[in-house]
Amino acid sequence: MATNMRKRVLLALLLVLAASVSGCGGGRGGEADGTTATSNGGQGLSGRIQADGSSTVGPFTTAAAERFRAVEPDVQVTVGVSGTGGGFERFCRGETDLSNASRPIKEEETKICEEGEIPYVEFQVANDALTVVVNKDNDWVDCLTVDQLKSIWEPGSKVGSWSDIDSSFPDVKLRLFGPGTDSGTFDYFTDEINGEEGASRSDYAASEDDNTTVTGVSGERGGLGYFGFSYFEENQDNLKALAIDGGDGCVTPSVKNAQNGTYTPLARPLFIYAKQESFERPEVEAFVSYILENETEIAEASQYVPLTTEQLEKAQGDFEAAVQKASG
Amino acid sequence: MSRGLKGGLFQLALLFSLGVGFLMLGTLLVDVFKDGLPYLDKKLLTDPPSTDPEIAGARPAIIATLYLGGLLLLLTVPIGVFTAIYLEEYANKTRWYNRLLEINIQNLAAVPSIVYGILGLAFLVRGLGLGRVLLAGAMILTLLVLPTVIIASREAIRAIPDSIRQGAYALGATQWQVVSRQVLPAAIPGIATGSILALSRAIGETAPLILIGAVTYISFDPTILGPFTALPIQIFSFLRLPQEEFKLLAAASIIVLLGILITLNAFAIWIRNRYRRTW
Amino acid sequence: MSTPAATARAEPQLRARRRRYSEDVVKGVLGLCALVSVATTVGIVIALFIPAFEFFQDISVVDFLTGTEWAPLFEPAHFGVLPLISGTLLVTAVAGALALPLGLGGAIYLSEYAGPRTRGVLKPALELLAGIPTIVFGYFALTFMTPLLRDIGIQVEVFNTLSAGIVMGVYLIPTVASLSEDAMGAVPRDLRDGAYALGSTKMQVATRVVVPAAVSGIIASFVLGISRAIGETMIVLVAMGQQPNLTLDPRAAAETMTAFIAATGAGDVPTGTLEYKTIFAVGATLFLMTFVMNIIAIRLVRKYREVYE
Repeated sequence: MATNMRKRVLLALLLVLAASVSGCGGGRGGEADGTTATSNGGQGLSGRIQADGSSTVGPFTTAAAERFRAVEPDVQVTVGVSGTGGGFERFCRGETDLSNASRPIKEEETKICEEGEIPYVEFQVANDALTVVVNKDNDWVDCLTVDQLKSIWEPGSKVGSWSDIDSSFPDVKLRLFGPGTDSGTFDYFTDEINGEEGASRSDYAASEDDNTTVTGVSGERGGLGYFGFSYFEENQDNLKALAIDGGDGCVTPSVKNAQNGTYTPLARPLFIYAKQESFERPEVEAFVSYILENETEIAEASQYVPLTTEQLEKAQGDFEAAVQKASG
Repeated sequence: MSRGLKGGLFQLALLFSLGVGFLMLGTLLVDVFKDGLPYLDKKLLTDPPSTDPEIAGARPAIIATLYLGGLLLLLTVPIGVFTAIYLEEYANKTRWYNRLLEINIQNLAAVPSIVYGILGLAFLVRGLGLGRVLLAGAMILTLLVLPTVIIASREAIRAIPDSIRQGAYALGATQWQVVSRQVLPAAIPGIATGSILALSRAIGETAPLILIGAVTYISFDPTILGPFTALPIQIFSFLRLPQEEFKLLAAASIIVLLGILITLNAFAIWIRNRYRRTW
Repeated sequence: MSTPAATARAEPQLRARRRRYSEDVVKGVLGLCALVSVATTVGIVIALFIPAFEFFQDISVVDFLTGTEWAPLFEPAHFGVLPLISGTLLVTAVAGALALPLGLGGAIYLSEYAGPRTRGVLKPALELLAGIPTIVFGYFALTFMTPLLRDIGIQVEVFNTLSAGIVMGVYLIPTVASLSEDAMGAVPRDLRDGAYALGSTKMQVATRVVVPAAVSGIIASFVLGISRAIGETMIVLVAMGQQPNLTLDPRAAAETMTAFIAATGAGDVPTGTLEYKTIFAVGATLFLMTFVMNIIAIRLVRKYREVYE
């Protein structure tokens, strides 16, 4: 046979060889920046943990996973962002170990989990101040009331320009961005603002990925969108957050206001749901334990609103109970 | 003379067309390189992605792309070449089913890549229950480029003069012997070129892999039966993040991808030139 | 090769004494491989049309094809596909307006005017450029073209059809140019020589002899270009947006069929729901569009093909 046949085989072999050799390198590298509390002390655990769900909570879990990798480098964590609803669907089919959620699990979803015989445990892992943002060049509004928000977002709304909201605003085209229907943020926002979960006008740029909303609002002078607080914090240079008047005056979204309850109605808890049976695996137990132990640090580093002391104690209590149940 | 003027203007217009095309493409490449080169460092190749652009890399994606490429060659080349052999050497071209086969392959070559993604989603991920794994991605990409490989292999086989075959038959060879010992070896350069070009097209594909579920945060090296994210998908993910640095990381990853593709294409062209035969 | 040549002494035996079963096995294996492509087509048809059929049990085809609002995931849901089709056609129109003339012009230059050395450099360069993945063009549209358009005063939105369309046109130029040049290169020299002998200028030869002679291949390249534009996903997904919009204004955001399929399919819509089936309904529509274009291309090629000796 000719030499060129050999060359082709060689190329194919080389490709596969290169892949497997680099594969043997292991998942090292990329230390989390200096905040690793323990770069030793890991138990040498291994295994795979699948998390999916909210794009609001996703970055939190991802940040936790990155830090966790420094302690347990052989535990592989994947984090998907299909939306809170999408995450629960996979969770209740048994496809994932952890479900990130920016709203509590719904009754219908609980039923599906029961049918699929997936008992679960709910952990509150952070707080959130759902933030309404506008473009940096928007100099005509600093605060909106809940009623104004409702007039913008309710189903069938024809508000197309800023001057429609308030005649003192300039006649700039209103460009709306926001999460899609699989998003817990969407569920929570529509519930609080429009009065019914899932009720919303449909002619806006909807995406399960909140980053699209960031890009959209920061690029349009008349842009307006909403997402979790961490997305605003990450992009403060390009966005402006509005204060929300829930009836008691304008309150700006902030860590303090989210924790002390004055940022109504858009302050909310963020959750991670775990399969009860996953706690039988040491790596899952270790990961959740790690999250709770380092919650404040993870939240602050990834710009989430950390839990209050009582909330943290409750979460840790729930964790102990779940571990007990698993080993019992 | 107005004839000369018109002709001159025409030529200028054509040159302009060509120039504009190349200029835009050139601008694209310069833009990518300008943005990406500063971010092209060892970290990109060795580190996994991160929410922190300072330490983010594209390692799992690069490895997955290499795996996909290897699997693709293993799957596509035998099936594609054998199909081409069947059509050129064995099939009775007057039979309706063989003509249908040819039309079928032509049609498949024109189907949008996302439809192959739908195919994979329906059958491999949900239907067969393979899940969102690398193997499913490789299989779908195989189906996507199979028509290209078949067509290229057929061209290569057809280019071989019949006299070669007749001579072998005259010496008493069986059909398979003629194919395996005369036709195939002579067609290898053409087949190799076609396969490598198909491979390079598959490596750049994003849409089908999106539907197979390659868009998640993966921090570890992929395995064949595990979750994965390929280089084009990683670029896509980087692009969706609003921080400026991620856009630059995307550019750097594009440079890596283009590097892989140029190497493959250059290799294919080299094979074609080196082993070009005249009969 | 073990069968000896028929000896001159005995009567030549033209059939082997015993059947070589291995030959049949070989033929079987080869045929099986050929069936893979058949299976692919069958798979595509099943994967697309069965769920699409189920979809149309719930949503009337008329509503689907004539409805002007596409909001399948909202309450109340709307299933009019026209915004998606208009998005696809609008971006294709922009891309085609750029790629077809420029591609053809470049091809004519390469084929009729460029010297063999120039052609030897430019043609492979074109083929190389035709291999750049579309995600790269998506990057270009988002980070370069949109800001550029805004800088020169065109008020485009962050996600818009114009950027995506222009960049898609750039993406298609190498394909159109390369295929058209192939078609023109296949025109025999005699035709050109004859025209020159009669005193034609280069321009006349190019436009009145070569292009008409190659028109079937050129049209095929156009149709292929348009078909690829229709089926393109990444450029539109990154740069055009995900807001279905029935409009002729390319400065606004819009959504194509392909972008919708990609965005919805990537998420986790549960299998079997109506929302899930929208992927297939739109996919079937897309498939039919490109399929019909392909048939048209084949027909056109056959109708206008000039046969040379």
